[in-house]
Amino acid sequence: MPETIPQDSVGLVQPQTLHVDRPLELECGRVLPSYDLVYETYGTLNADASNAVLICHALSGHHHAAGYHSADDPRPGWWDSCIGPGKPIDTNRFFVVCPNNLGGCHGSSGPGSQNPETGQLWGPDFPMMTVKDWVKSQAQLADALGIRRWAAVVGGSLGGMQALQWSMDFPDRLANAVVIAAAPKLSAQNIAFNEVARQSILTDPNFHGGRYYLHDTYPRQGLILARMVGHITYLSDDAMRMKFGRDLRSGRFHFGFDVEFQVESYLRHQGETFSRNFDANTYLLMTKALDYFDPARECDGTLEDALADTRCNFLVMSFNSDWRFSPERSREIVNALVQVGRNVSYAEIDTPKGHDAFLLPIPEYRKLFGAYMGRVAEATSNA
Amino acid sequence: MRDDLALISRWIPRGARVLDLGCGDGDLLAHLQDDRQVNGYGLEIDQDNIAACFAKGVNVIEQDLDKGLGNFQSDRFDYVVMTQALQAVLRPDSILDEMLRVGREAIITFPNFGHWRVRSYLGFKGRMPVSSALPYEWYDTPNIHLCTVKDFEAHCRERNIRIIERQVVNRHHRSGRLTRAWPNLFGEIAIYRVTL
Repeated sequence: MPETIPQDSVGLVQPQTLHVDRPLELECGRVLPSYDLVYETYGTLNADASNAVLICHALSGHHHAAGYHSADDPRPGWWDSCIGPGKPIDTNRFFVVCPNNLGGCHGSSGPGSQNPETGQLWGPDFPMMTVKDWVKSQAQLADALGIRRWAAVVGGSLGGMQALQWSMDFPDRLANAVVIAAAPKLSAQNIAFNEVARQSILTDPNFHGGRYYLHDTYPRQGLILARMVGHITYLSDDAMRMKFGRDLRSGRFHFGFDVEFQVESYLRHQGETFSRNFDANTYLLMTKALDYFDPARECDGTLEDALADTRCNFLVMSFNSDWRFSPERSREIVNALVQVGRNVSYAEIDTPKGHDAFLLPIPEYRKLFGAYMGRVAEATSNA
Repeated sequence: MRDDLALISRWIPRGARVLDLGCGDGDLLAHLQDDRQVNGYGLEIDQDNIAACFAKGVNVIEQDLDKGLGNFQSDRFDYVVMTQALQAVLRPDSILDEMLRVGREAIITFPNFGHWRVRSYLGFKGRMPVSSALPYEWYDTPNIHLCTVKDFEAHCRERNIRIIERQVVNRHHRSGRLTRAWPNLFGEIAIYRVTL
């Protein structure tokens, strides 16, 4: 943690755990008999529980979205730029809830947790999760917290897909869906990148068919490669040029395969840090959840058909340098929502930062996001 | 609300489906939503305006009019409105066609370049006209396709666009004997409701 907690931080926070004993029927056909959901909350729930905002995390995210865990915490939560007093998701006005998704590796039930039926770690036997399954489990969390209707369900990237799924699966249980840097389904190119990431994990000799826990090892190299290729897709060409250019670490060529260019050093560092903090089975599962997301297919129709029964208001935002989920993909969502007559607004933020921009404190982005959430808060207090 | 917007809102019935091209800070749509319960969307590119629309609870979509309206299906709207933007788009003729494709009727306002003051500015001074309705210099003006009342009506005739209603008003958004008798000479702002 910094010397003093910044004024606009939610401060010290602690995760909580909800144990759910009700079985969860999953899209893959299997049933999770019971499970744990770890989550954090910021702000105060008002008397009629109308000011709650659900934050859905992305591929490598978790429940720690804002604030600090301890005095030694070097960094705040992953979306601290947007959650806090006076920030777009203003914790003076909203009660913010952020769970770690099932299948994750930060405390919620997942491949690295114990299968209650066998007493063993789940490992690769943990059921495949989908966006729909996550939303269903998040609804259980809402019930437990006494939240009948979210003021907003908010997410970026894979989190945005969950917000969209909420609007379709529980149309009466949210007033607003905020869908940032997302897509209505993955493209072949998106799936291709995910497959490269998966193959690098699956073919790592230390993967042991996903039972690496039993061998006291983990597919470190596979995770590093997976993260390196993923990370390239999170940045834009311009962002990489500005950050690294062709800068050399030592100023000259060494005519070998060690790290020479700064960008190589950066990617290896990102990959290594990630490999120490993330579970390989979780990474496999999360990328599959992304690949499977396709609400139009789910209803055997078009995206318009899938969105026909939604009722909430929508805010869709994209970033012009994002090539992973480009503005065109966000506009597909907007056009379908206009076609079915839903209330929808759309903004495209001008930034060179690429897909990762949704996590960054970009002034235009924060202004627009804040203006929308301000209106959400007003509607909440008038209700 | 701007006077021309007040004039326009009288033409739009309760519950209509409205698309407002270049909706600015969302005043017209906010008024129509509160007063007429319309299902409305605005298109806008200025992000200060977009933020203002968000704050008002007006649906606004960031979209450049010069890229067309291809993302909207035909006959999706009852009214497509464009106030004071016709003269600033790359192809006013195509946007007009597009408006009448996605909407049943189009409502358009533009500054009349045939107004006597504009004519005399050019005629006597020999300089590009600058006025309260056209406040820019020739080099920085966003108004790249100015037209007169006669030009617009000739274009409508050529394209078989039917003019349902016309209001040509002075700078105070009033019409009088002069604007009615010689609209192309005394009208400063032209307001049209057209259909195919």
